[in-house]
Amino acid sequence: MTTNGWLQFGLFSAILLASVRPVGAYMARVLEGRGTWLDPILRPIERLIYKASGVKAHEEMNWREYAFAMLGFSAVSMLMTYAIERLQLLLPLWNPQKLVAVGPDLAWSTAASFTTNTNWQSYVPESTMSYLTQMVGLAYHNFGSAAVGLAVAVALIRGIKRTESKTIGNFWVDVTRSFLYILVPACVLYALVLVWQGVPQNLHAYTAATGLEGTAQSIAQGPVASQEAIKMLGTNGGGFFNANSSHPFENPTPLTNMIQMLSIFLIPAGLTYTLGRMTGSPGHGWAVLATMFVLFTVGFSVVYWAESHPHELIHGAAQTGSLTAPAGNMEGKEVRFGIASTSLFATATTDASCGAVNGMHDSFTPLGGLVVLTNIMLGEVVFGGVGAGMYGILIFVVQAVFIAGLMVGRTPEYLGKKIEAYDVKMSMLYVLIFPLIILSLTAVFVLSPQIGLSSLNNQGPHGLSEILYAFTSAVGNNGSAFAGLNANTWWYNVVLGWAMLAGRFLMIVPVLALAGNLALKKSVPPSPGTFPVNGAMFTVLLTGTILILGALTFFPALSLGPILEHLLLKSGQLF
Amino acid sequence: MHSIWKTSIRFTVVTALLLGVAYPLVITGMAAAMFPHQAAGSLVLKDGKVIGSSLLAQSFTSDRYFHPRPSAAGNGYDPTSSGGSNLAQSNKTLVARIQGDIDKLAAANPGKAVPIDLVTTSGSGLDPDITPDAALYQVPRVAKARGINEESLRSLVAHHVTERQLGVLGESRVNVLELNLDVDQLLNGQAKWPSGPGGKHEQLASGEPVE
Repeated sequence: MTTNGWLQFGLFSAILLASVRPVGAYMARVLEGRGTWLDPILRPIERLIYKASGVKAHEEMNWREYAFAMLGFSAVSMLMTYAIERLQLLLPLWNPQKLVAVGPDLAWSTAASFTTNTNWQSYVPESTMSYLTQMVGLAYHNFGSAAVGLAVAVALIRGIKRTESKTIGNFWVDVTRSFLYILVPACVLYALVLVWQGVPQNLHAYTAATGLEGTAQSIAQGPVASQEAIKMLGTNGGGFFNANSSHPFENPTPLTNMIQMLSIFLIPAGLTYTLGRMTGSPGHGWAVLATMFVLFTVGFSVVYWAESHPHELIHGAAQTGSLTAPAGNMEGKEVRFGIASTSLFATATTDASCGAVNGMHDSFTPLGGLVVLTNIMLGEVVFGGVGAGMYGILIFVVQAVFIAGLMVGRTPEYLGKKIEAYDVKMSMLYVLIFPLIILSLTAVFVLSPQIGLSSLNNQGPHGLSEILYAFTSAVGNNGSAFAGLNANTWWYNVVLGWAMLAGRFLMIVPVLALAGNLALKKSVPPSPGTFPVNGAMFTVLLTGTILILGALTFFPALSLGPILEHLLLKSGQLF
Repeated sequence: MHSIWKTSIRFTVVTALLLGVAYPLVITGMAAAMFPHQAAGSLVLKDGKVIGSSLLAQSFTSDRYFHPRPSAAGNGYDPTSSGGSNLAQSNKTLVARIQGDIDKLAAANPGKAVPIDLVTTSGSGLDPDITPDAALYQVPRVAKARGINEESLRSLVAHHVTERQLGVLGESRVNVLELNLDVDQLLNGQAKWPSGPGGKHEQLASGEPVE
């Protein structure tokens, strides 16, 4: 570890924390339907979208209508992406490489993947997906799934805030306003900064080059910057190229790397302020933010420490580092980022449900890999995905106040709402569905030599980690991978597709049900017995709840994977 | 229910045209107008022909050139198949490969520890950079193959070191293709080195200042 590495972490944290309030306040304005300074340009477009799609913007929805609209939009847009993938060779536009139709199982898994904000990729995009598919089929979902996440989060916040109300907002309005006032303006600026730093943006065929030694290279390119911006800002993570943000065309400089890392957390961190603002309890928002920041800092410290260590079985290399060369595990990492920036990126991308990578997690040290895997297993509530992190941590908040209520023997309250059996059941559904799907599917695939084990790139405990990571990433809608696993097989594609859909929609529906139920309740004034949901005490309780519910569930599986691998590697055993 | 499907379809079509077509096309137009070189992939031309991109590694195997890091992209340095080895730290194939490469390098250059980046594959397989240590490590080999003195080659390397961006971000590094282009110029006797920005092949893609 170097001073400069910690300096980068400090800089990242300072910029992130400084952004929380302005970003959060702006998002509250947008999602409460108040005016913004962008109104003169965007209001007419907003009205046009409502008119063209037949949305009655002033009609509020109850939670069931909200959920059906969300499912309808997701289903239709998923079907569109599937069709584009299958038909890309026949479609007249933007396929200069003449890439052929994507196979049905891969098209299914990819359509599910992008619709659910997962962006798991079983394929090499630069030799599989046409520019049209990337733009309309995939990058479009980067906007769509992020906006759906924001919509669900704000619906839940409304549920907490409203009293004796049947409705929780209008899904179409929430999505449209997220698109127009939050995601698009930020992406236009962001994409241009990326191009300035070296990210390509064109619709040309790949350039044929002959190197200085006469070796031919086909330089893959395309509309990269426009997709890269929303890929990061929407915590999607689906790369334009196979190598994702480690590819110099996606992430050419240390500056773009810093901007990409910040943009993963920008909206999720801001949402904690939006929560405090919209519910009128700013202290609660800050307590939630503090919980997230603590877990993030711990995660980064462990990854950075682990990755800085030399490989003990390799001799004769300068692994201890110097001012001009970073120390530690450089397999799968880029020189321009080095150990510190790669560790920071890996922590952020798995804390959030982003899943972009600027280095290969599969080649991380066992302990570095353990942390990134555990981050996803915590439910991606450490900042988390756009919207998904917010509704995810609010589920844990409900659990935390419930546990506090049990301890003092009172009916728990949360911001003036009594938390009753129905609410706890819905939040428990959310908490239980997640490990149930991950662990059972992992078990099935680990026990099947034909469909499961034949895809492994590494043997021994790391092989288990590869399969466990795949299902954790899919159900957690993360999308990063221990990418040595060849997931482009019929079984993996089909099952991972279903796992991603389950991990998204089986979790969102209980959240909306909870939102609807909370909105119906009366507000009870705080009494001396009310457990406060702000301050250090609450932060400790929430952190504990997340660690106990999130991490302990998976501890047995983790001890057979990365923990065992670490111990065996220490004793000199390779596989 | 009927109206939900109808609204979903209409909403998807309208927003897909806006976000999936209009947005990337607008960015493409703006990028071409504002940053045409970067937007086209930071291509490097020599005698009017494209020899590569300054952002992507390409294969160098001759002793006369500095070598990039080993690559796991396709069969090596293949931009249509970017990616890393994805070998675990506990994988004996990885340890054998790294140790084999170290031993080979050490045999040719005894007594000096091998910079770790020279024997590890990058995440993209297209890492255009090596550490300054890894460039200096290769100076004796290139100098010998070219019959030029090590000292001038060393100062050429020093000239090509890109420091941490804004003084703090990332790590310092040397772009292998740009360095090799200048090595060729040294030899051709038309050495205009140190060639500043605006030199024939100095088409740095990044907006950072050229040292």
